[in-house]
Amino acid sequence: MRAPGGPEVAVGDVLLSAENVSLSFGGVKAVSDVSFDIRKGEIRAIIGPNGAGKTSMLNIINGFYQPQHGRITFKGETRSKMRPHDAAYGGIARTFQNVALFRGMTVLDNIMAGRSLKMHKNFFWQLLRFGPAMTEEVEHRHRVEQIIDFLKIQEIRRTPVGRLPYGLQKRVELGRALAMEPDLLLLDEPMAGMNMEEKEDMSRYVLDVNDHFGTTVALIEHDMGVVMDLSDRVVVLDHGIKIADGTPDEIMNNQGVIDAYLGVAH
Amino acid sequence: MAPNAAAPADTFPKLLIRNAELYGSRPAMRQKDLGIWQTWSWAEALDIVRAYAVGLNRLGLKRGETIAIVGANRPKLYWSVMAAQMLGAVPVPVYADAVADELAFVLAHAEVRFAAVEDQEQIDKIMSVTERLPKLEEMIYDERRGLRDYDHSHLHPIDDIIAEGRKELADPSVAAWLDAEIAAGKGSDPSIILYTSGTTGASKGVVLTCERSIRAATDTVMFDKLNENDVALAYLPLAWVGDHYLNYAQGLVAGFCMACPENPDTAMADLREIGPSFYFAPPRTLEVLLTRVMIRMEDAGFLKRKMFHYFIGIARRYGERILNGQPVPPTGRLLYWIGNVLVYGPLKNVLGFSRVRVAYTAGEAVGPDLFSFYRSIGLNLKQLYGQTEAFLYVTAQPDGEIYSDTVGPAIPNVDIRIAEDGEVQFKSPGMFSGYFKDDDKTAEVMTTDGYVKTGDAGYFDEKTGHLKIIDRSNDVGKLSDGTLFPPKYIENKLKFYPNIREVVAYGDRRDFVAVMINIDLTAVGSWAERNNVVYGSYQELAGHPLVYDMIEKHAAEVNRSLAQDKMMAGAQIKRFLILHKELDADDGELTRTQKVRRGFIADRYGPLVKALYDGSREADISTEVTFEDGRKGTISARVKIRDMKTEPVPSGMGKAA
Repeated sequence: MRAPGGPEVAVGDVLLSAENVSLSFGGVKAVSDVSFDIRKGEIRAIIGPNGAGKTSMLNIINGFYQPQHGRITFKGETRSKMRPHDAAYGGIARTFQNVALFRGMTVLDNIMAGRSLKMHKNFFWQLLRFGPAMTEEVEHRHRVEQIIDFLKIQEIRRTPVGRLPYGLQKRVELGRALAMEPDLLLLDEPMAGMNMEEKEDMSRYVLDVNDHFGTTVALIEHDMGVVMDLSDRVVVLDHGIKIADGTPDEIMNNQGVIDAYLGVAH
Repeated sequence: MAPNAAAPADTFPKLLIRNAELYGSRPAMRQKDLGIWQTWSWAEALDIVRAYAVGLNRLGLKRGETIAIVGANRPKLYWSVMAAQMLGAVPVPVYADAVADELAFVLAHAEVRFAAVEDQEQIDKIMSVTERLPKLEEMIYDERRGLRDYDHSHLHPIDDIIAEGRKELADPSVAAWLDAEIAAGKGSDPSIILYTSGTTGASKGVVLTCERSIRAATDTVMFDKLNENDVALAYLPLAWVGDHYLNYAQGLVAGFCMACPENPDTAMADLREIGPSFYFAPPRTLEVLLTRVMIRMEDAGFLKRKMFHYFIGIARRYGERILNGQPVPPTGRLLYWIGNVLVYGPLKNVLGFSRVRVAYTAGEAVGPDLFSFYRSIGLNLKQLYGQTEAFLYVTAQPDGEIYSDTVGPAIPNVDIRIAEDGEVQFKSPGMFSGYFKDDDKTAEVMTTDGYVKTGDAGYFDEKTGHLKIIDRSNDVGKLSDGTLFPPKYIENKLKFYPNIREVVAYGDRRDFVAVMINIDLTAVGSWAERNNVVYGSYQELAGHPLVYDMIEKHAAEVNRSLAQDKMMAGAQIKRFLILHKELDADDGELTRTQKVRRGFIADRYGPLVKALYDGSREADISTEVTFEDGRKGTISARVKIRDMKTEPVPSGMGKAA
């Protein structure tokens, strides 16, 4: 999927690392003793069979779940407790497995909502839409228009999100996450439920986001073909345990992974 | 305001200079970028094009060479055309949605050494066929996105070329050199090569010269009284003669503003925002718009729906007569005025027609109902007839003399005659100088006394003196009993139903007429929703028995209307089927201008055509389809065939041999 002959995206320092992270719900161990890192500028995939703990892992990174054990270090700061809004302020944005947009609002307003963290004028100024608040809004609108242009969704700018087909809603959700100008973008099954063409479009956009904005991407995906084409490195979970970590090539030839996906002869 | 008549300049670059002097600060070009309309004045446009021309020259483009222009309607691509013309080079626009194979044919045939393209998509397409394009050296592009990792030794952003030229132009000797280049351009030089869409076989490169192009455009600018205050939306394919003529040539001659949509999908919204005063739409687009309006009215509340239908009825009764300046009773005028405030005005506003002064449609026959609908709500819609070889116009309807079944009289300075076999031939100021590198083909369509054969059969209507086009003259055939069979005539009658998108009729040297139908997914889909018809795919909907019933009703109505015409009564539809897939230009079934390629379809759907005539109730078909990126797949289906009842043919009729 990479442009022919082009160099790989330069992959830099560790942006986020998880060390010995464990999470359980009552007696169920969702994630146990998992360690891995995400480096600046890479596309990192987390894969695994159903119930492997992928979304739990994403929720831990995001601050939505608090791990019982282990540490998350993001941009050099270690936090044992991180809340979702801390994560958002810190530069982590995400999309959801099920589209979570404001269905009655237009595409433009939905993406604009992604800018709310970056708006500094208080509620009353914004209500007046006057002076500095207006200047600020124009500036944000400009950023949002760049994202609309980037995702090629100009023709649905004014369409309420609820009226759009699923594939486009996913794209809008990506737009809203991009509006936060994140350092780390978490994508929870960005291609789930899409047809072949929509998957290819989405893959293109994920690559372009990575290339154009230099955004680090961590994604969960079921479609192995997509994962292997997109990712720089892949971590594989099974029953909450990390069973492999490496480049797509290494993963594809890893016996443990093949067993986890295809089952082992008993 | 008087139209901008006599154009003293004999090339487009000279016109650009004239416009910069006359209308310097008036808008020449607009484009919506990042949600905001950007404007360039004539003076700015000249400034950019001059710099661009110098940049292109430094890249190696020379007088007489060709340069391909591939992409959607964007200012920088139009400026590429102008900059090339400034150097005396010949631009060759190519359809942006052409698949790699078509692209390779045109680029190789035109022997281009340069290509100005829109974005990565087009570059990828061209790169996939480079082995067929040994002459191609440099590509320049508008949109940088996604190209960062490409090898840039032969790729250049258009912005850089312009910046480079601007730097060079600071030197007065370079500016003087450019002035001399522009002055060296002669009216007899080729101005552009437009490749025909190829209704019958491979496309041919139509060479148009500068002086003739300008003379033709000057005539029509006078005819429709266009001036520098007009605005047009350039949303039709750049490579089509219509866009080059209506927007580019007329825009430069009249000095009006050409607005480019944000992207091809936003054209309808942009139309509304720009509010053009000159508008062109093929019948297909008008149909889509009307279908959309009607579907939305079905979903509207009771009161609105009642009001809409009542006033549309008023418009049908009085609207056209008011537009044509014919006598109308005072109550009619009053009701129409109220209707205009409540319905027609808002409707035209939504469609973007509020400020349209002159609108044209052409390319296909337009349904009488469709045509009169738009005219009745006060849109001055007219028909024209023309072709690429004429640089568009041959005939056009003058204001006040509008009939849906004629295409109007010859426009000023055009001479039309009907040959003995019924073929329309013309001689016009804008006619082409020949097909590029194809003297044989040129000789085929030119008569010895300098007329061009159109390949269309037609005649002059006795009542009005206007030209009537029947069909492509090669297509008109006969049933095996000698009955006249004009396929297009039958197809058009069916296509006037919103539920039917495309029709292919067969009957030449056969016992009866049979048709293959493509349903319109928007219209039939909306009908299905309202009637609780469940379907999972286009294929399933197309094969639904209730859809067949509906189409049968339409065909029966067409048969009734055919039975009333003594020439056509024998050519009624006996059997029909609904195709399982939409006909598509990517599969070669339609031309890039969306015209049906009947012969090709007969080959491709051979088993279906055979089944139509051997009495089977259904037939299996498997066809290869091409995706936009050139990959191929197959679609198979079992298609049902339905028999039609025909209207009785009065004896002694229908054998007009």
